[in-house]
Amino acid sequence: MYTHTLTELARALKARKISSEELTCTYLARIERFNPELNAFVTVLREPTLAEARAADARLAKGDAGALAGVPIAHKDIFCTAGVKTSCGSKMLDNFVAPYDAHIVTRLKQAGSVLLGKTNMDEFAMGSSNETSYYGPVKNPWDRTRVPGGSSGGSAAAVAARLAPAATGTDTGGSIRQPAALTGLTGIKPTYGRVSRYGMIAFASSLDQAGVITYTAEDAALLLNVIAGFDARDSTSMDRPVPDYTATLQQPLKGLRIGVPAEFFDAGLDAGVGQAVQAALSIYKKLGARVQEISLPNFSLSVPTYYVVAPAEASSNLSRFDGVRYGHRCESPVDLMDLYTRSRGEGFGAEVKRRIMTGTYVLSAGYYDAYYLKAQKTRALIRRDFLEAFRSVDLIMGPTTPTPAFKLGEKTEDPVTMYLNDIYANGVNLAGLPGLSVPMGFVDGLPVGLQIIGNYFDEARMLAAAHQYQRETDWHRHIPKGFE
Amino acid sequence: MALTPAEVRTIARLARLAIGEQDIPHYARNLSRILEFVAQLDRADTRDIAPMAHPLDMAQRLREDVVTETDQRDVFQQNAPQVQAGLYIVPKIIE
Repeated sequence: MYTHTLTELARALKARKISSEELTCTYLARIERFNPELNAFVTVLREPTLAEARAADARLAKGDAGALAGVPIAHKDIFCTAGVKTSCGSKMLDNFVAPYDAHIVTRLKQAGSVLLGKTNMDEFAMGSSNETSYYGPVKNPWDRTRVPGGSSGGSAAAVAARLAPAATGTDTGGSIRQPAALTGLTGIKPTYGRVSRYGMIAFASSLDQAGVITYTAEDAALLLNVIAGFDARDSTSMDRPVPDYTATLQQPLKGLRIGVPAEFFDAGLDAGVGQAVQAALSIYKKLGARVQEISLPNFSLSVPTYYVVAPAEASSNLSRFDGVRYGHRCESPVDLMDLYTRSRGEGFGAEVKRRIMTGTYVLSAGYYDAYYLKAQKTRALIRRDFLEAFRSVDLIMGPTTPTPAFKLGEKTEDPVTMYLNDIYANGVNLAGLPGLSVPMGFVDGLPVGLQIIGNYFDEARMLAAAHQYQRETDWHRHIPKGFE
Repeated sequence: MALTPAEVRTIARLARLAIGEQDIPHYARNLSRILEFVAQLDRADTRDIAPMAHPLDMAQRLREDVVTETDQRDVFQQNAPQVQAGLYIVPKIIE
């Protein structure tokens, strides 16, 4: 059962070929068996999950069930789940029980899905390897000595190991696409404003967006149908209609104009990854697409711009964790300043502190213009490049990451080396565009991903392109050894 | 842009973060490395470029002035480290 896609499982449940209870038990048993070594889940619910599954079966029997009736899924632990611990991978929130559900949690619940548990993540979504989590690193199911990527590393590892048929994620600078690529999965970060962020713990508010990690583009379309759309509780939520993303998956690719940025193929790209991109592009040519080289002249500015903008916003967002209303509080504070500084000093890990301090510095008097204002201008240049490119192409394609999954501990010493792992991802968030990663093969036995970048609100076209590629290839069907 | 230990202590104080004295050199090194890296933005020509704060050109919505949230103080305070009579307790700030 667990080797099927989300779409297949939803269909089998509707046809009453399987019950939600047996399906859910299958996944819970797999979690019990494999999670101790993978560390993909930080909270597993079991009894409440089984109760939800039985309730879903009752609704399915009556025939009044939603699109995802009885389908078990996992949520990244950044999404608030009412009555369930929501830690954001941090000691700061180790004792936090969310008082309400995030918007996408509500939507997925309404569609009938069953919550298996909460997945591990880099602390406050700050990381590209899932090594900054307070709960320890997540292992990559393809090679347990390697990272699964981050920050949605627990979600990616859980889905790759078939511990859940799909999981939610968030992407501020690549945190859905990069782990999806490094674990052989499909991951989509929708357009900024497409999915409500209500109840999603904020990292960098002008960049954060919620999305999903799945086996196929078809699965992603099914979930996006449920989670996308206007929500008055998020002031950045866009009030515009949501198309049926599953309806346009077959739209022919003949005449599709694909732009490939020359800058993505410089010295930093692993040769094997580069070859995999070329092989993927040749499939698109076969499907009738026209592939042309384009240029994003300010591409090299994206990572440095990101590491001014994101920490600046993080330093502001994370000021809410003060040890007063919720979260970690230090023992016996002598005064208010001591309460703030020690609670925060103890509650946050090293990477989070680094980013808060970077953000504090670039926003401080005397440095604001040189760093923050400058980065806002280079951000405008990065967006302009993308808009210029989309005048002559429909989609942009390239690698999701420069290399396959790296070893645990390999990049923890130097923060900048870690940051550069998201070199192809950061610009997409800075521009607010949608991005998707699909499995495009293996390099040294490790999965690698093709990144598909679309114009604003053009998720349907990206999903169609990904879906038709997946009909021509079987990379998304591979299961890591030991998890078959 | 190399930060001195004194500068790191100042930033930590501004950010309300207690950093152990033994960790200061480590943060000075890491933060200097990050600032050196982002300093390459200096070389970009941004004359006549308007700063971009947000990806989408959208205005804040207005809504009817009606109650949309009910009082949930008791629920929210279940997560508080210390409360008394519905109030959040902090160390004394006024003698």
